[in-house]
Amino acid sequence: MVTEAEVWKALAEVPDPEIPVISVVDLGVVRDVRVDEERVHVEFTPTFLGCPALEAMRAQMAERIAALGAEPEVEVVLDDSWSTDRITPEGREKLREAGFAPPTPRAPGGPQLVQLQSNGFRCPYCGSRDTALENIFGPTPCRSLRYCRDCRQPFEQFKTI
Amino acid sequence: MSERAQLLLEIADDELILGWRDSEWTGIAPFLEEDVAFSSIAQNEIGHARALYELAARELGTTADELAFDRQPEEYRCSRLVELRLPEWERTIARHVLYEGADAERLARLKVSDDAELAGLAAKIDREEAYHRLHAEMWHERLKGQPRYEEALEELRPLVGERDGHSPELQELWEEMTVVRRSQPAGTTW
Repeated sequence: MVTEAEVWKALAEVPDPEIPVISVVDLGVVRDVRVDEERVHVEFTPTFLGCPALEAMRAQMAERIAALGAEPEVEVVLDDSWSTDRITPEGREKLREAGFAPPTPRAPGGPQLVQLQSNGFRCPYCGSRDTALENIFGPTPCRSLRYCRDCRQPFEQFKTI
Repeated sequence: MSERAQLLLEIADDELILGWRDSEWTGIAPFLEEDVAFSSIAQNEIGHARALYELAARELGTTADELAFDRQPEEYRCSRLVELRLPEWERTIARHVLYEGADAERLARLKVSDDAELAGLAAKIDREEAYHRLHAEMWHERLKGQPRYEEALEELRPLVGERDGHSPELQELWEEMTVVRRSQPAGTTW
């Protein structure tokens, strides 16, 4: 019989298909793991509901669990338990190293335009806070586009949700 | 059909049809940033529709795809506002502003619903919609006072909650949206 710790370890090797530097565990989308004899039940929450990576993540998690010799049951939970605040400190660092600015902490009341247009966002390349909002939306639902006025590099900012 | 299922379909249909209309800007928006923005908003709205259809499907013993694509156009419960083809930018922005305002009120009510499943999903959707509202707010600030934009707001405002009957444009959209699915035998998996 597999242990919960072994399942968590296996899931920590499942990458986000769109940002492969970070795993589903780093993202904080795995909400619960329960082992019941041969069956492993995993609850996970989508990041953004329209994210096409959802099915790929579910299939890969099931595959890793099956490779441990257990029977996977991956349940998608459509509740409000995920926020970008659940991305682990290790996950945030991996994002930054790959050139994605990690999300800022979620403020009560959610994001405001004035805040997005402020200088609270750090360039992942040079660390400057002199960055400008270029577009609230980006190449995937979870990212915005910003521009660093210091190193003159556009970069992708993980949205805070 | 229960009141709950009807409500879920109403919201899901709004989001699916608006998502489809928003995606019509992909490739042809006035500038690249808006091409990206409306494509991303469309993707979010259709993602919300899928989650809402899934809740309804569980109750109705069917699937999200069947609810989204196998009903007849007259069975859709979306508002008149979302079904219109709006190739003019100022009318698209007017619809965006009106819809996001009405949707915010609807989500605020659902978030405090006694139905925990519905309240949870509404709260999750609202996290994403917050960015649509910021985008709408930004454009409203930019266009307010412009006659063409103000006229579009006046023209479209009465359609926000109008759910009795559909315009012929929904039929056209439905044809486009379901053509591939209708070309295959029933029960085809995708």
